[in-house]
Amino acid sequence: MTAPDATTVGLVSPLLFQHKQPFALQNGAVLPSFDLVYETYGALNEARSNAVLICHALSGHHHAAGYHEGDRKPGWWEHCIGPGKAMDTDKLFIVSVNNIGGCHGSTGPQSTNPDTGQPYGPEFPQVVVKDWVASQALLADHLNIDHFLAVVGGSLGGMQALQWSIDFPNRIHNAVLIATAAKLTAQNIAFNEIARQAITTDPDYRAGNYRIEDTNPDRGLMLARMIGHVTYLSDNGMANRFGRELKSGDMDNVGDVEFQVESYLHHQGRSFTQRFDANTYLLMTRALDFFDPARETNGDLVAALERAQARFLVMSFTTDWRFSPQRSKEIVDALIAAGKDVASTVVDSDHGHDSFLLPIDRYTSALRAYLDHAYNVTVRQKGH
Amino acid sequence: MRADLKLVAHLIQPHTRVLDLGCGEGELLDNLRQEKSVIGYGLDKDEDNIRICLARGVNVIEQDLDQGLGNFEDDAFDMVIMTETIQSVKQPRDLLKEMLRVGRECVVTFPNFGHWRCRLQLAAKGKMPISDHLPHRWFDTPNIHLCTFSDFESLCADLHIRVIQRRVVNQQHDERSFINLAPNLFGSYGFYHLGSTI
Repeated sequence: MTAPDATTVGLVSPLLFQHKQPFALQNGAVLPSFDLVYETYGALNEARSNAVLICHALSGHHHAAGYHEGDRKPGWWEHCIGPGKAMDTDKLFIVSVNNIGGCHGSTGPQSTNPDTGQPYGPEFPQVVVKDWVASQALLADHLNIDHFLAVVGGSLGGMQALQWSIDFPNRIHNAVLIATAAKLTAQNIAFNEIARQAITTDPDYRAGNYRIEDTNPDRGLMLARMIGHVTYLSDNGMANRFGRELKSGDMDNVGDVEFQVESYLHHQGRSFTQRFDANTYLLMTRALDFFDPARETNGDLVAALERAQARFLVMSFTTDWRFSPQRSKEIVDALIAAGKDVASTVVDSDHGHDSFLLPIDRYTSALRAYLDHAYNVTVRQKGH
Repeated sequence: MRADLKLVAHLIQPHTRVLDLGCGEGELLDNLRQEKSVIGYGLDKDEDNIRICLARGVNVIEQDLDQGLGNFEDDAFDMVIMTETIQSVKQPRDLLKEMLRVGRECVVTFPNFGHWRCRLQLAAKGKMPISDHLPHRWFDTPNIHLCTFSDFESLCADLHIRVIQRRVVNQQHDERSFINLAPNLFGSYGFYHLGSTI
């Protein structure tokens, strides 16, 4: 289906990058090779100076914008990416990648382990944000992109953008960090651990070998997603959206009552089991927990950021309690102390952590203003 | 650039670190970056101002001045600037101290409540003054801590703040000589360049 809407990139199909050499991971393991599935929107200019990399969050993937053949729903960041939108595909060349360890086509736990001929499953090595960034840099090499105009991401994606600024200071002009943190708090790790326990204690998890044994830890994965969803919303946001409305039954006969919010969580949880791999979920949450670029500088984030050359935009949302504005502020304060260029907004929103995926005018117009300036300075004026 | 901002810009040395409290649309910081290669950051909380700053590439940080400057290190900046904002913050005394903690020096500009027009309106009509530089009525004014030059200088003395330079201008931002005969009576705006401890 081609959408008639002029603000969408329309029909898109995934592309495949095959890196056929060994790829050493931070934990010492070596992948003999890897595949990355990615999509691109817009056109790379002659100077190859208008590329923007999108990094996805925990349950995200490469399909950020436009429509796949036959789909009714667009990519997960459709309202931010397209002609005339905040990430304007009339000007920018957007690259959106599915990370290693994912379950949407890139090499991950569902891929075949060449040593055994079986799916990796729980044996897939633990990858961390730094590994993803290194693999994305290889994709950039493959696309002959020397510099990204910007690396953009929300949540776990924002962590990748931050790591980019440290690991490849000369390859990005701007890092856009949305609803993210320089490291997770104990509370945030705790929620991840509850989600992991839900999965690993499901009898169908089979120590991670559920594919081989032809089961799937649906109940655990569903519960993990339900817990996640509650933490991605705010108290007010849930009250406004669901209130105490009933989906079925009546309050005078409480036996079979189902509240709207229950129905919503059940639906979200169930549909998640259809499209997401449990081992990937474990791996991604671990990558979130481990992220701490300041570990290399004895916990000093300012020192860790000294290397960065990019300009930064840091955005957060008032009711986000999973990645609260305070976490963004810590990044901003460290960037200022390190003397880096940084701008920052805290957007009023009722929608908690989920806000970064929603079309909130103040958020998208701030992103647009920032990127328009970046484009004018780096692409139009310098020409490169 | 706005006339008052030109006067402030004049006080900033090239290649220094500057913090602008209530940076508005970022006009001053934009100018300082281009003309003097200053590393500047501006704090503001107005949504439109922030968007305009982003669009011109100014380092704007959304932060409410009433929450203080506790997130900045001692002596993090060479100059901390606050133009026409001190009269609208909740704790001007604490903020002034904070400015000279995070910065080596600071510049504060504000409208003079001791200007003869203000005095005249209060004395003759018995009403809160309304003028071009203080256009709000008492019940809808953001200016909750108005002061005269004399008041401000008393506070500086209390806090052992050194007044490095004071410039007083009229409504048109002219420095006419007669103003300095009785600045607290004839001056509309004051520019105070301050340094810590006398």
